[in-house]
Order: sequence, then C-alpha cells, then structure tokens
Amino acid sequence: MIKNPSRAGGCLARHALLACLLLVALNATAQTPATSDAAPARTEVKESTAEHGKFSQLKKPFKTGEEVTEACLSCHTEAAKQVMATRHWTWDYVNPSTGQRLGKKTMLNSFCIADRSNEAFCNACHVGYGWKDDRFDFSSERNVDCLACHNTGQYAKIPGLAGHPAYQRMEYPPGSGKFVEAVDLPKVARLVGKTSRATCGACHFYGGGGDGVKHGDLDSSLKQPDRKLDVHMGVDGGNFTCATCHKTESHRIAGSRIAPTASDPHRAILRGEKTDRNPASCQACHGDQPHKPGPSAGLLGSLTLGDRLNTHTRTLACQTCHIPAFARGGVPTKMFWDWSTAGTLDADGKPFQKKDEHGHVIFDSKKGDFRLGENVEPDYVWFDGRVDYTLKSDRIDPARIVRINTFHGDAGEPDARIWPVKRFRGKQPYDLEHLTLLVPHTATPDDTALWFNYDWDRALAAGTAAAGQPFSGRFGFVETEMLWPITHMVAPGEQALGCAECHSRDGRLKAVSGVYLPGRDHHLLLDRAGFGLAGLALLGVLGHGTLRIFTRRQRKEHGNG
Amino acid sequence: MAERIYLFKRFERFWHWSQAALVLALLVTGFEVHGSYSLLGFGQAASIHTTAAWLLVGLWIFAIFWHFTTGEWRQYIPSFDQLGAVIRHYSYGIFLGRPHPYRVVPERKHNPLQRLAYLGLKLAINPLIWASGIAYLFYAQWRDLAPAWLGLQEVAIAHTLGAFMMLVFLIAHVYLTTTGHTPLAHIKAMITGYEETH
Repeated sequence: MIKNPSRAGGCLARHALLACLLLVALNATAQTPATSDAAPARTEVKESTAEHGKFSQLKKPFKTGEEVTEACLSCHTEAAKQVMATRHWTWDYVNPSTGQRLGKKTMLNSFCIADRSNEAFCNACHVGYGWKDDRFDFSSERNVDCLACHNTGQYAKIPGLAGHPAYQRMEYPPGSGKFVEAVDLPKVARLVGKTSRATCGACHFYGGGGDGVKHGDLDSSLKQPDRKLDVHMGVDGGNFTCATCHKTESHRIAGSRIAPTASDPHRAILRGEKTDRNPASCQACHGDQPHKPGPSAGLLGSLTLGDRLNTHTRTLACQTCHIPAFARGGVPTKMFWDWSTAGTLDADGKPFQKKDEHGHVIFDSKKGDFRLGENVEPDYVWFDGRVDYTLKSDRIDPARIVRINTFHGDAGEPDARIWPVKRFRGKQPYDLEHLTLLVPHTATPDDTALWFNYDWDRALAAGTAAAGQPFSGRFGFVETEMLWPITHMVAPGEQALGCAECHSRDGRLKAVSGVYLPGRDHHLLLDRAGFGLAGLALLGVLGHGTLRIFTRRQRKEHGNG
Repeated sequence: MAERIYLFKRFERFWHWSQAALVLALLVTGFEVHGSYSLLGFGQAASIHTTAAWLLVGLWIFAIFWHFTTGEWRQYIPSFDQLGAVIRHYSYGIFLGRPHPYRVVPERKHNPLQRLAYLGLKLAINPLIWASGIAYLFYAQWRDLAPAWLGLQEVAIAHTLGAFMMLVFLIAHVYLTTTGHTPLAHIKAMITGYEETH
C-alpha cells in the first residue's frame, strides 16, 4: 500500500507521521472491497489509520477557511509547500514544447474567456482563499485551501467570494431569492479525507460555467456512474476515483490537457517501477498491446482479431475506439457559444433566458446563444501531444475561424495518434484595430461587469484594463474554435467501436488524412478501369453466348427445313 | 462414337473446386473490404477474407507440390502449335457449328489458349495476389523497414489490381466452360474427371 520504501522510512520522523498516515489512508481505501471476504465476522475496521474526528487540533470553533488550514498544517507541515508548487495553486504554466506562458492566469478560452477582473468569481475553483485581484499573496501558506479537495462533507466554495465558502447564510446568486446556508467549518474540518470523484468534480465537472459545459467527457454523471458510462469509475465496475489513474505524489497530480500524453508505446508500468511515464495514460496499466492475441500467436498471429486490433495501437489512441461518444451520462455539453448576442434584453429592457425542450438554457442575456450536445460523436484529429494557444497578445485573422488552441501532429510521426476530440465553436469579442481577442469583465457585481450592466463597451474596457491589454474601443465578434481531448467516459469493451465505424466510405474517420484506410480509401482510376474491364468481359461473353445460341438455332432450322 | 478419357484426377478436381469456392469467397469479401459494397460488415468480411486466404495458400502449396511430383506442370508449357486455329474457332468456327480443332489427350489436356491463360494465372495473377496479400496482412511488421514510396496504399493498389485480373479471368473462364460439345460437358468433366470426346 505504501508507494515506496523510502517514504515508509521517512515516516519515523515524528513530525511527518501524520502526513504519512494520511498518505497510507489515501492509498489504502481504493483496494479494500477485494479483501472483505477474508473476515467472516464483520468487525468494523476503518480504512484510514487516523480518525480525524478524534484530533484535538480539529475540535475548534473555526470561523474561516484559513484557520482550518492552519490546523491541517500543524500536523501536515509540508502539505502547503507541496500544493504551492503545483498548477492547482499557481494557475501558471510554461508549455515545455513551445515556451508559451500558459495556465489559467494567462490563457484565454472560448467559454467564459478569461479570469482577469473576474477572479473573485472564477477563483472559487482556486485551491486557495482570497484571490480576488493581482494583490493575492501566493506565498502565504494559510491561503491554501485544504478542504477544496479533502472534504468529505458539505463544503462548497461560492463563486464571487474569492475562494471562500459562505461563512454566513447568504442569497446566491445575488438577487435570485435563493439562499445558501453557512458552512459548518468545525464539522467539515473533522470530515477531511481522501479525494473522490465528487471533490475533484466540484471544479472539473463544472468548468466553463456549469455542469458538463466545457470538457464533454467530465460532468456530474461521473459522481456515481455505472460501468456503461465509465468502465473504470463505474460503481458497478472499477469504482475508481480520479486519483486511481491521476496518481498523485506530493500533491503533484499526473495528467495534463495542456501537455497531454498522446502516445505511450510501452508495456504496462510495473508496481514500484522507476519511470518518467505518465501514470494517467491507458497504457500505464494496459500496455500498448492490450488485446488478447488469441490461440494462434506467432507468424500466423495476424489471423486473430486481437493481433489485428493491437496493430491499430500504432495509429489510434485507445480512446478513439473505446469512447464511442461523449456527454453520455445525461448531462449535455456546450458545443457552440455565441457571445455576440449577449447583452440582448427583452422588450422591457430586462435580461431573459430561453430554454430547449429539455429545460436546458440555450440563450441567456448574460452569455448569449448556446448549442448543446448529448451523446456526441467526437471529431478525430492527428495529435502528438503538442498544443499551442492563441494568447491575448497574439494577432488574429478575423476572416478565418480563430483557433484558440492548435493540436499538432501528422500522420506517420512516431508520437502521433488519431485522437477523439470535442470541437467547440463559438463567437467571442476581438479588437477591430489591434486584432486581438479581448478579455471582458463579466462576473463580479459592479458598474462595469457585463452580467450586471449588459454593456459590452464598459465590460471590455474594464476587462482589458485588468488584463493589461490594449483596447482601441472598437470591437467585433470573431468565430473561434477550441479542441478538447476526449479521454474519460471509457465504455466497456463490448461497446467499443466496430470496424465499419471507420472502415467505410463515409465513416467516422472520413476527414482524417495521411493514412490509407481499407474500406474508406480506393484508387478511383484503378476501380473504374477494373470494374470497367470486368463489365466489358461480362458483355463480351454474354454477346458471344447469345450469338452461339442464335447461330445454333439458325443451323437447326436450316437442317430441319 | 463418344469416347471417354480420364482427364482430371481426384486431387486435381478437389483442388479445382475448393479453389473455385475460395476464390469466389475472396472476391465477395475482398471487394467489401475494399469498400465497394456492404454485405457482411467490414470486420466479418475481413475475417473471412483472411481465413479463406490462408486456406488458399495452403491449397496452393499442395497443388504446387502435386504438379511437380506428378510432372503435371508440363501441361502449362506454352505451345503455339494450333493457337491460331483455336482462336479462329472461338472467333467464328464455333458459330458455324464446327468441331473444336484441338484434340485432347491426357498428356496434353489443355488447348494452347488454355495453356497460355492458366500459365498467366499461375505466374502473374496468383503471385501478385499472394505477395501483395501477405504484405497487406503483415504491414504492421514491415512498415518501419519500407522505403518511403511503399506504404499500405501501394500494397492495397497492387492487391486490388490482382483482384480485378482474377475477376476478369473468372468471368471468361466460367463462360468458356460452356463451350464444350454441350454447355455442361466441361463442367461434368471437372466433376467426374472424364471428358467425352467426339
């Protein structure tokens, strides 16, 4: 259960004991169901070796999140330093393949666009307390929010409170007439534990402004999925947590969509093996030849379906066949978002919403028009793991669809595979003179925010000022596109794509070039010549035969006459 | 009076008819894999195609062995003696009810046109299909060693070319079986082994 012996040795250091116990607990619980039949008399044994509810450090009348953090850090002395070294804290990242400065602090997307000037709202998903503008102290350990990921009770960070939960009962959203209760911090603090699908999902399922909006393969249906929706996370399947694959050491979480692992042509990683490989890839557990070869291996191996499928791993990501569609759990994902209609008010000058037949919002005066999708068949692109982004300083060509991100990779490259992606389109504001995408101020209540004033001019002036971006005052809306790799919602094997889904004239891969795909591709001239010649041969023999029958009859008549 | 000659031995007949069945199955499934139509589904078609191909390879190995041990391979040595007469027969003699100019004997059971056609089949069409087919099946194993101009597409084109040649051969061959002294005479001979001559 302990990941490596050196860490076990380190446990002897007295002040690290609790950190170590927590680590053991984090690792231990995932595997326990398999061993439960060993004990005939069911005695209740806790999965964790530490019962946080019994800790005197946590029996305090906590008033703020920071006070809870201080209590955590009194035992877990290194935890905050670890967290502060991760992107969950910095929201800052340098793309190793391009040198581009990325991370949520800097990047643009085509959903809520950017967090600058909206920090108090967006940064409800920051693992910290108090980030509401650029004066936030990234060096203060008490600003780290342990509960964001480690609570097992009722704890929620409220957008607008700069990463804090509600300390008093409050109306939320403001002016809605709905209320959220104050968080019971003393109770929540005693219910800390390992991360779960729900704790990670509290942010990662709701990116882009709501359930399932952004990724398409991550939404609240994965809190308690069945194995048909996700064979690994399914409660009747592997019942994995996120961290089962996104193996975490010292709070560094494996996996990244900015620098993903597009191919991993290696066998499975052995337990304890020293490796730089990403433990969150399919191959980390399954290896790169995962299909059973069948009875006849060796030279005749190409006879078996398993071998045939294994040769596909050279060309395809596992996800391409094993995730037949995304947004499969009943939660729609946004496929299109047109910001240009945001600010439109009804006849009385009031903001309004439009909903589709399922009750999903498809227009909102705050955000514009949406198109939603469920059970969406992905698009497919060659991808080698390198991504670069259009940043707010980059000049764009408004005559074309602006790619917010570009997936690199070409057919035949050793690292490139055909990957399933969500192709998200939309329209968002850009500067007509500077030809840059613009950061609007939207979400925190004041006299410039778009969602409270419905005035683009003021919203863009405030947003660009906060983002340090030049703004000419003249703006338009440009069509944009953003790709999202599809990697969750892996279906059980029996639901994987059949051959003809791609091996057909009009199949899923019809737009993917650079590879000869039997059943899709053919040499037009050869086909015409071949079938033409066969047709001529058929006509020839039919003519010959007809002439034989005809002349034989004539001879007979002649002979008889 | 009709005379019976034993032309096709038991193995030869077995070889011919099992090859016919396999070639038909390969053509039907092969053009589905090629994407020309949808009948069994790509996966099923590819699976049957591969299995039939290996069976045919096995059959060919036996047939080649049989031809060399029995000396029957000599039946395919080209001969231009009477070639013109045979071509003239199929061009117009047959319409006048004239008898076939070629006299069949067990040592020379194929007429000069047949000799050429079957030799072409065995030396050009079959090897093309065989070699390109094996290259197709084992593409994953040799792709890294291949020169830049040779990929799956080139292999597939060669294999498809072979398939079209086989298809044209099949059409002509099946038709020519009906040109005996009765339409079914040649087919009967290939079933019983005995050819009736006039």
